Amino acid sequence: MKRVLSTPIDIDVSLRRGAFTLSFQLSGELGSLALFGRSGSGKSTLLALISGLLKPDRGHIRLGGVTLVDTDRGVFVPPHQRRVGLVFQDSVLFPHFNVLGNLRYAERFGAATRGHPGGEGSSPLSLDLDDVVNLLGIAPLLERRPATLSGGERQRVAIGRALLSSPRLMLFDEPLASLDAERKLEILPYILRLREQAALPMVYVSHAADEVARVADTVAVIDAGRLQALGPPGEVLAPAWARGAGGFAAVSVIEARVRDYDEAYGLTLFDHPAGMIALPGRIGRAGEPHRFVIRATDVALAVQRPRDVSFRTVLSGTIEAIERDSGPIARIDIRLPGDDRVVALVTRKAVDELAIDTGDRIFAMVKATALDERSLAR
Amino acid sequence: MNFSFSDDELQAIFLTLKVASVATVAALPVGVALGWLLARKRFPGRALLDGLVHLPLVLPPVVTGYLLLAAFGRQGWVGAWLADHLGIVFSFRWTGAALASAVMGLPLMVRAIRLAIEAVDRRYEQAAATLGARPVVIFFSVTLPLAAPGIVAGAVLCFAKALGEFGATITFVSAIPGETQTLAAALYALTQTPGADAAAWRLTLVAVAVSIAALIASEWLARRVAQQVRGGT
Repeated sequence: MKRVLSTPIDIDVSLRRGAFTLSFQLSGELGSLALFGRSGSGKSTLLALISGLLKPDRGHIRLGGVTLVDTDRGVFVPPHQRRVGLVFQDSVLFPHFNVLGNLRYAERFGAATRGHPGGEGSSPLSLDLDDVVNLLGIAPLLERRPATLSGGERQRVAIGRALLSSPRLMLFDEPLASLDAERKLEILPYILRLREQAALPMVYVSHAADEVARVADTVAVIDAGRLQALGPPGEVLAPAWARGAGGFAAVSVIEARVRDYDEAYGLTLFDHPAGMIALPGRIGRAGEPHRFVIRATDVALAVQRPRDVSFRTVLSGTIEAIERDSGPIARIDIRLPGDDRVVALVTRKAVDELAIDTGDRIFAMVKATALDERSLAR
Repeated sequence: MNFSFSDDELQAIFLTLKVASVATVAALPVGVALGWLLARKRFPGRALLDGLVHLPLVLPPVVTGYLLLAAFGRQGWVGAWLADHLGIVFSFRWTGAALASAVMGLPLMVRAIRLAIEAVDRRYEQAAATLGARPVVIFFSVTLPLAAPGIVAGAVLCFAKALGEFGATITFVSAIPGETQTLAAALYALTQTPGADAAAWRLTLVAVAVSIAALIASEWLARRVAQQVRGGT
């Protein structure tokens, strides 16, 4: 996995729109950042501020040493000079051009921004039209009009268009949210490939935890216009459910290395310090790391190393915390060797009947089909 | 009834087409600019501008014609300056008829264009901006093409209005045969002449034919442009 190029980013903005107030500070090295929160939490507003489509009431945004906006100093770089590629939820392809026309538009006017004050420095990308067409597999679509494309095709073209504007930063505004399950699977690999191959910093807005966990190096949780938590997906996403953030399915993120591919059964086997992970299909080469997103609802627990069960993925760890109230579901946090964590949601009845407590050794089991990328389609 | 046109009648027909075409072409850039301003910009005096543009729609045409005469006549403050500095004369010329027609058609044109521009999803413009296009480029490459069907409709409305313009034209530039006597004015003159029924009917039929042709042409054009914009197989 190639490291994503990191770019210093410094955001300190506030904005009022009627009853909604956004007040957001974040600074650090930007690789692939996800803004995660409910709809109406201010994530998309923040993207609009970064891209220059909105002006903050007060504050500044700096990216890689370039000040994009600073209300104190009266600086405002207009959006067309910012070199920020924005992918909208519903593509927003120009209906009066065909696919090639849309791509050429970005190529032509994106190139013109390179000389602007906001656009100093070369793009970390050196993709030309052919590269982008190949990367996204859109060669057969070039002559078609946007109206004739499927949602997934449209979104691939929109990503390609944004890439061709020679951006220094890519912004994704819920790029999968308006797609059905199968189309999501069609697009996600391209975004992951982009993160791994293109070495382009990105900000990814989503309210879907498993999406965010796959895409981001760093997750910023936003609620009511404020930064609630910031950190790697494994740390930040797991507690989201417990804090009552409402409707968020807790997920765990763990990383394991490819051991080998089991030709006979069509499984890729991964080594993790806590145990072996089996994943349908051939993924990566031996030694390569892979990120797994495990929904807490997909984890079953056993107090002894399980035998005579169908689970091939069994991770052993120690119970770090048990959260329960009078409700039927309890939440178990499990620490794995190698500093990963897994969260499980099980019935309170099971916790009592297994008589498990903090500090106990426990085995977490995950069905292979739940780990499969295709399970994202649920 | 005799169906052959007299020279005077032919002159009136061709003059009317010329006046309406020139009026529409001249009004178009103004109409697009005003439609865009009113649709997209908030500025002091916007309501006043909106009112001014629409004034010819509600004023008696004769009043509009008289105001044009006062401003653009040989003695009018604009007219005198134009005549002295640029050599452009409106009074009692066919150009004056075109000006009157353009002013009368402008409210209809601006209204159609403004609605069309308001209907253009701003996110197309925002997307263009994030791709690096300057505002003026966005206007010509995104806003204008997407509003094209409405702009065509506005132009057709203006043309149709210009074909039938009577009150403002006759007040401003009179009805001089061969110079400013358009079809409507010629028809009016014929109705005042004993024994000119046949001629009046001929002009009436021409007016109906031209109007129907304009309607059909606009329908065809609008459909073509809309298809061009929206795409599709």
